Amino acid sequence: MNKRIFAGALIMAASVSLSVSGIVFADRDEYERGLFKRTGTVPAVANKLYATECGACHFAYQPGWLPARSWKKMVGELDDHFGENAELDQESRDAITQYLVTEAADVKPNRKSRKILRSIRDTDAPQRISTLRYMVSKHDEIPARLITGNAKVGSAANCIACHKGASEGQFNEHGVNIPGYGPWED
Amino acid sequence: MKIFTVVLLCIAALPAQASETAITQVQDSYRTEEGSAFAATRGKSMWTQSFIQKKSGKQVSCATCHTADLKRAGSHIRTGKTIGPMATTANEERFNDPAKIEKWFLRNCKWTLGRECTAQEKGDFLSYFQSE
Repeated sequence: MNKRIFAGALIMAASVSLSVSGIVFADRDEYERGLFKRTGTVPAVANKLYATECGACHFAYQPGWLPARSWKKMVGELDDHFGENAELDQESRDAITQYLVTEAADVKPNRKSRKILRSIRDTDAPQRISTLRYMVSKHDEIPARLITGNAKVGSAANCIACHKGASEGQFNEHGVNIPGYGPWED
Repeated sequence: MKIFTVVLLCIAALPAQASETAITQVQDSYRTEEGSAFAATRGKSMWTQSFIQKKSGKQVSCATCHTADLKRAGSHIRTGKTIGPMATTANEERFNDPAKIEKWFLRNCKWTLGRECTAQEKGDFLSYFQSE
């Protein structure tokens, strides 16, 4: 009898902790539901060449933030990359394009990429992630003085300045820490 | 014990040597004719020479982002990215890879001068980086 109660308690404890961890995972943008594995956020960068070459100058944005057509255009115009010259040799360009288009928002499904795609026209190949409608709507509560007026941030393109888990694809509010201001909660 | 010290010294000297080897290799590839020489002084005067950027209309020089003091870190005028010092003595890791040297010469000469640098100019810059 005692054994049975013990086993029951164990099962109860296990299911409670499982559901709690489920909530925690959902909060961290990664969760599984039912039979289908769904990822809530863009997959982290998993390409050394891309991380080194592009990350040498700025945050290495996850490919999931733009559709394949945007990435193709961008790598094709690196000699005028938002006003900077970021030319690369053909071999590196090909390898980086290959990586970007196989991980792009319209190729690897996840909640964030879906929202990005919904906020742009099918005919457009947008380049600037920070000005996409979805991104702007996500940041509209933050006063400009904390972003563009903040020397330690500079612009909304500098993800990692405030989103501490940005490299891992974690962009939820709880991981936000604005330099000179602190955590941001609604 | 003595050998141990010698080995240790060699290991400590490795990065500096690697950058010297890479720079010599790149400079050799720039030499168009026997006996042509590179001059740190020419590199230095070009470093602070201003050019007008066609698109932005801004006056820029190498020193705009890198500063005129090669031993100091610079920062990119637009992105604010910190740029490590250019003097080989202050930044031994910077010049270890010939392909990387070429990549940045191509990008930054076009950005600053609006054209690629000549082999002579690039050789002069490298001598300047080694001289400070």
